[in-house]
This record gives sequence, structure tokens and C-alpha cells, in this order.
Amino acid sequence: MTLFIQQLFNGVALGGVYCLAAIGLTLVFGVLRIPNLAHGSLYMLGAYVTYFFLTTVGVPYVAAIGIAALVLFVLGVLLERLVFHPLRNSPHTHHMIAAIGAMFFFQAVAQAIWGADFRRMETPLSGSLHILGAEISAQRIVIIVTAIVVLSLLTWFIKRSIHGQTIEAIEQDRTGAALVGINPAMVSMLTLGLSALLVTIAAGLVSPINLLSPTMGDSLNLKVFAIIILGGLGSLPGAIVGSFALAIAETMTSTYISSAVGEAVAFVVLVGVLAIKPTGLFAKAVQR
Amino acid sequence: MTLLEIRGLGKRFGGLDAVKNVDLDVQEGQITAVIGPNGAGKSTLFNLIHGFYRPTAGSVSFNGRDITHSSPHNSVSGGIARTFQTTHLFDDSTLLENVLAGRIVRSKSNVFDAIFHTPRHRRESALNHDKALEALEFCGVSEFRHDLASNVPQEVQKRTAVAMALATEPELILLDEPAGGIPEEETTDFGNLIRSLPGRGVSVLLVEHKMSMIMGLADTILVLDHGQKLAIGSPSEIQSNPDVIRAYLGSTQNEEN
Amino acid sequence: MNALKNPRILGTLAVLLIIALTPVAFGDENYIMRVITIGLCSAIAVYGMNIILGFTGQLSLAQGGFFGIGAYAVGLLTTDFDWPFWQAFVVGVVGTSAIGYLSGLIALRTKDEYFAIFTMAIGFIIYLTISRWESVTHAHSGVNNVKFPEAGDIVDFSNPTAMFYLVFIILLASVYITYAIRRSSVGRTLLTIRTSEDLADAIGVNVGLSKQLAFAASAFFGGIGGGLYASVVGFIGPDAATVDKTFEFLMFILVGGMGTVAGPLVGTMIVTFLFELFQDFQAYRFIVLGPIIIALVIFAPRGIVGYLGGFIDKRARKRRIGSARKDGSAGANDSDQANGSTPARGSTGTDAAGRRGTAADTITTTEEEKK
Repeated sequence: MTLFIQQLFNGVALGGVYCLAAIGLTLVFGVLRIPNLAHGSLYMLGAYVTYFFLTTVGVPYVAAIGIAALVLFVLGVLLERLVFHPLRNSPHTHHMIAAIGAMFFFQAVAQAIWGADFRRMETPLSGSLHILGAEISAQRIVIIVTAIVVLSLLTWFIKRSIHGQTIEAIEQDRTGAALVGINPAMVSMLTLGLSALLVTIAAGLVSPINLLSPTMGDSLNLKVFAIIILGGLGSLPGAIVGSFALAIAETMTSTYISSAVGEAVAFVVLVGVLAIKPTGLFAKAVQR
Repeated sequence: MTLLEIRGLGKRFGGLDAVKNVDLDVQEGQITAVIGPNGAGKSTLFNLIHGFYRPTAGSVSFNGRDITHSSPHNSVSGGIARTFQTTHLFDDSTLLENVLAGRIVRSKSNVFDAIFHTPRHRRESALNHDKALEALEFCGVSEFRHDLASNVPQEVQKRTAVAMALATEPELILLDEPAGGIPEEETTDFGNLIRSLPGRGVSVLLVEHKMSMIMGLADTILVLDHGQKLAIGSPSEIQSNPDVIRAYLGSTQNEEN
Repeated sequence: MNALKNPRILGTLAVLLIIALTPVAFGDENYIMRVITIGLCSAIAVYGMNIILGFTGQLSLAQGGFFGIGAYAVGLLTTDFDWPFWQAFVVGVVGTSAIGYLSGLIALRTKDEYFAIFTMAIGFIIYLTISRWESVTHAHSGVNNVKFPEAGDIVDFSNPTAMFYLVFIILLASVYITYAIRRSSVGRTLLTIRTSEDLADAIGVNVGLSKQLAFAASAFFGGIGGGLYASVVGFIGPDAATVDKTFEFLMFILVGGMGTVAGPLVGTMIVTFLFELFQDFQAYRFIVLGPIIIALVIFAPRGIVGYLGGFIDKRARKRRIGSARKDGSAGANDSDQANGSTPARGSTGTDAAGRRGTAADTITTTEEEKK
């Protein structure tokens, strides 16, 4: 039982990380209609930039994540401006190919600067809490709390602020939004920037638990795609539910079956969902 | 003889009935028209017949065979072709290539025939080419056959869409607003093309807004309103039907003005 | 010989001839021959990608995985199980096609981004299996001493030039198959799906089945390329199956031209050459190549052969439009006299001259040229 509660907390913490990563991806799909295959590499870069500010520059942990998030925000905006914007009227295969180009570019840059070896990021947070007999590390508590805070802020941002509302408006109806004077180009940049920012927070939070490597984004990339397909491309609530569901399923199968199975869960889910419903489980009803 | 038989056909989207309890018989060798105000469910009806949508009620049978749940490609191979309201053509291809695409459904040769250049493949290629040319010529656009679809005028595109549908060798053709976007003075010519279809053994079911065109063209007219049958009959019956005059003719005349 | 007047066919034959003659120039340089032969193996896999991406318009990210299956089938069967090459090769290719066909059962239901993500997952699963299933695949230790093809005493395939010609002949077959598909109604079916799935559906194309078969065909070529690759290099590791491999293939096809007959070969050879130039910084080559691929897809998405072909087509079309106008209206007039009872034809025949004025610019210029 203790083990179960322990793993449940681990699963929720992991879910928080997936959530922060998946929400940006699903927003980008909703607004730009692009599955950003480079999302995982933004996560990887986010981790390395945080690492750089924390270890090399020596700023405090929270500040390092904050600065990295801003750096990645700018990078996300540039990615939209330089890569996706020129391709907005191309066949759908083209922007996916371009995203892969960006992905390999980011990986090669990270490898050139920080090398291909694994790196460890120390965290100032140590110690742990005992809840119901389970020992939960402070880092995981921080992840869960941060995820909740960021999600609340994001919900507030989308529902209440002008910029957020425009994102939602475009997600729902692009031409309609253009008619009422919303500038889709601006919103696209903002959305991609925001997705990079969110995924950097996820990376900064999880890096002390995992190791850093230029390919660390690869498996996360597929997992978040599994999540947003499970939740329906473009759906925020779907992404949140999908993140926690997948994370808990992953931790539980790793614990009770084997770590290899745990790793494969995401792919089994992905393939399974597409086999049952090719447009995602909770996808908005398409007239057909 | 009844070619297409629709009984109690219905489709709900969410809680709304887009089409409800529609009966219709399309007779062989005739031109049958479906009219109604915007949003009356005309295009939905077409999509139901052709298999793009799955009906939520009722049945459709074609040549006595139940096709209620058949998919579009099966409908086409079964002998029902269609055109779309907004012209759908392969823009980067020539008109001839477009119409050749309509021959795919009648082609039996497979990859191995193509690779080994079998007699069947050669025979079929030649036949497809001839049939495609014939369809283009029948629709009066053969001189444009080597032009890209995106480079020809709207009317030629519309005619090509009909040619592409004809290339699938249908017994019934569904035309969704075939004269939409065509200048008024050319609709007579286009009407003549439609009128010549039954002579070729192709019965016609069409949706059209241009009343003048319908009245001179159709043998039977079905009037839809809010997804349901308002009236059915010959053009003269429809023209004198008080319900129709109130619900439809009046309102379209207003729209057109 | 009509074919020899077609600049497309002529160009393709010229490229093939140049490649066929490379052993004459580099026959003694084993390293160069090996690089070229590996390039040809990749080109065969890229022809598979061409069918699914170029013709059908679906981005498959599983091609590297299929290449890996072909390579590992040949690698493992000829070493651990001591099979002869040819048996292992056939089993590998059939197996890869079967896996492609089966995963196509799901892929056929998906489209666009869902298809891409699905195939990415398939590719990743294949890679994970190869890199983790240590008891069978030896994981990161890889497979050593993969056999050369046997040919009795006739040819010795350990000779790089002999191996080159074997791969080259199989490549020729791939090029020809691509050409035959492209010209047939099968190719037309796939191109129709690429342009619009809804329209394809409406003209009677079984979109799902066609996609599944195209995916299986792409796996088939992936398996062939991988199987030959294993034998050419003699040693394979999990990186034969990575997503990076898929990306290389993507780059090859993008440079050469998606959906063209010669594109995959031309692209593969040019980029392989570029890779060799960047040899010294292997790991960092994507710092340069990543932006190149983005620039290509933005500024030159049709690829080298695509642009050349477009130019040739445009010229040929202008010529044919001119002659079609002439006999087209004449034909319509003839039928007027012979068969005045078809109103549709009659009316358009007389209408043709008037409508011609409204036609696009290209048409009027052709007519001026003809005068």
C-alpha cells in the first residue's frame, strides 16, 4: 500500500511535467494547425539553458528556470517567425519536415555546446515529506505545486487576458477571428513562444530527477504526442487529463510489471487510440 | 423504372435534424431536382446518398440494392457519381488528367500489370484515354484538355467536373449546384449539357438555386424545407403549390433581389 | 523510339549511366565505392519513401525503422543462424513488407498529422525493440560479419565493384517500378489521394486500402535497402534503425524532388556527397543540414528534379495546348455537322471562340507563338 501511494505521488508529479509539456503542444496545434515535431527538442534546450544559468552562471534555481523560460520564449517566437510562418500555406507534410529539421538542428547545437554525455543538474531542494507512510521528495512536491500554479495562471491568462482570449478565439475559428480584427500572425508567435516557455518550466523542474542529454527530448516528444492525441489535438482539458492518465499508467506499469513495459505504455496507448479512433479519443466531433 | 429509392431518410447532427424523414424516387432516364432555401438540407441529402455521411434513420437503395451504409467509393463503383458545390478539381493537373482520375474506379489492372506492361494494362490505358477524351468532348471542353485546371475559366471547370463524374461510367449522377458561379448567360448552355445526360443513359439528381434553370430542366422536383419534404411533383405542380410559393419561391426571390 | 524524345526519360537515363560508370573511375578506391554503394542502398529505401510521401502525400516517419528491420533480418539470420544471404534477404524483405502491411491496417484509418505521428511511433517502437532486445539483437554491440551474397563461382561479391553492380541492378528495378507506377492508374490513384482525400473518395478511390498498400510498398523498399546495406557494410548497429535514418531519407527525397522518378536517386547521391564533405564533424553536421532542410522546404519544396520536370512539363504543355485548340475546335465543328442533335456539344462549339478570350494568359501566349 505504501509503495502504491509512493508511486501514485510519483505518477502525479510526472503527470505535472507531462502536462506542462503537452499543453503548449496542444495549444500550438489548436492555433497553428501544426503538430510541432520539434517540441521535444525545445524541452531539451530548455533543460540545458536552465542548467547553464544554474551551474555555469550561478543564479539561483528558480531564477535559472525563469530566465531559461524567457530565452526559450524568444526562441519559440523565432521558430514560428522563421520556420512555420513562411510555410503556413504549404501542404501539411512541409511544416512537419521543417519541424524535424529544426529538431535536429537544436540537438546538434546542444551537442556542440554541451557534448553528447549525460549531465546531472543539482537541485538546491533536498529533503522529503512523509505522507501516509510514503516518502515524497521535495522536488516532486515542487513539481506538483508548480504545475498546479502554472496551470491556474494559464487558465486565467486564456480566459481573462486579451492575449489569451485571442488564442482561444483563433483556436475556435481562424477566419472568424481574423474578421473581428485579431491578428493571427501575432497570436501564432505568442502561442509558440508560450509553448516553449511552458515546456522549459517542465524541463527545469524535472531535470534534477533525470539526466540531461541532447536526445532527452525524443521519448518525451512521442509521449506528449500520445497524450494530446489521447486528449484530442487542440483540447486543453484533454491534454491535462491525458497527461495524468498516461503518467500514472506509466509509473504503475513500471513498478508492478517492468520498466520496459512502462516505457512502452505511451506507444501502446498511442497506437491503440489511433486504431480505435483515428482522430483521437476526445477529438471534437467532426461531421462525417 | 425507379433507379434510386429513398425511404424515411434522416440525419441528426447533435440534437438537430439536418434531414428528416425524406422519401424520394429517382426514375431512370429522368432529371430530378431538389430545391429549398439555404440550410434546407440539400447538400446533406446528397452526402447521405453518396455515403459521405452515415444516415441516422431510413434507407437508400439503388437498382434494388441497399446502399444505406455503403462508403463513397463503393457508391461510385456501384454507379453513382457526384460533383461538388464548390468545384473540386485537381488544380495542378491538366483537365485530361483530371478526367482520367475518374477512370480509376473502372480500372482493373494493378501494380504488377503496370510493372510488366501486360496486355491488360495496355488495353486499359488506351481505353481510359479514349473514354476520358470522349467525356471531355461530350461536355464541350476537349480543346482545353492540356490546360491546367487552375488556368481555365469557372465554367470550363464546372464542365470538367461533370466530365470527371461521367468518366466513372455512372447510371446516376448527383450534381450539387452545377451552375453555381456560372454567369447567367451561360446557364442555358450548361442546362443543355445536363439535359443531354439522360440520352447517354445517365439519370440526374441535382440541387440547384437557379429556379429558371430548374423549371425548364427537371422532370420531378422535390422541395425541402428545414430538412423535410415540403412538396414533390412536376415543375408546373410545384409552381402552383401554395406551400412552396409561401415558403420558398417568395424567399428566394427576395434573396435574389 | 518515342521515349528518347522525352527529356525526362533522357535525363533519368543519363543519371543512371553516370552512376553505372562510377566503378570505371573509382574501381580501385574501395572507400569511395563503398560510400557510393551505401548511397544506392539508401536510394532504394528512399524510393519506398517516395511512394508513400511523394505519391500518396503522407509523411511516413517509419522508413528508418523498416530499413533497420531489413538490415537486422539479414544481419542476424546470416550470422547467428548461419543462413545464406539470399534466403535471409527474401525473408527480411517479406517480413518488412508484412510488418508494413499490418501496421498499415491502422495507418489507413489515419491521415495527415495523425498518420505522421502514428508512423513516428511505429519507427520508435522498431528502434526500441532493436536497441533493447539484447538477447536477440545484441543491442548496442551490433552484428558483425554479415555475409556477402552467394553466387557460386560466377561472381565474388566481396569485391566492392561486384557488390556495387548488384545493388545498382536492384536500384534500376526500383527506378523502373516507380516509373511504371507513376504512369499507371495505380500512380494516378495515389496522386489523387495526395491532392484531396475527399475528392479521391468521391471519384471512387478506396482511400484506406490504397494508403495501406502504399505503406506496405514503402516498407518493401525499406526492407530491400536495409538488407543490402547490412551486407555491404558487414557490421550493423541500432543506428541503422533510428529516426535519424528516416530524417536522412527525408532530406534525400526533398533535395531530389518528392513524387518524381529520378528525384530519390539524384537527391541521395548529392546529399551523400555533402555528408562526405561534412565527414569530419559527423555529429554536428545537422547544425548546417537542419537549416538547409528548412530552407529547402520553404524556398524549394519541389526539389531539383521537381523543378526541372516542371519546366519540361510547362514547355510540353504549351505545345500541346496549341494543337489541342486547333483540332479541339475543329473536332467540335465536325461533330456539329455530323450530329447536330446533341445540343450540349453544338452550343459549346459555337461558344468556344468567345470563351477563349477569357482563358488564362498561358493560353493566349501560346496562340501568339503559333502565329
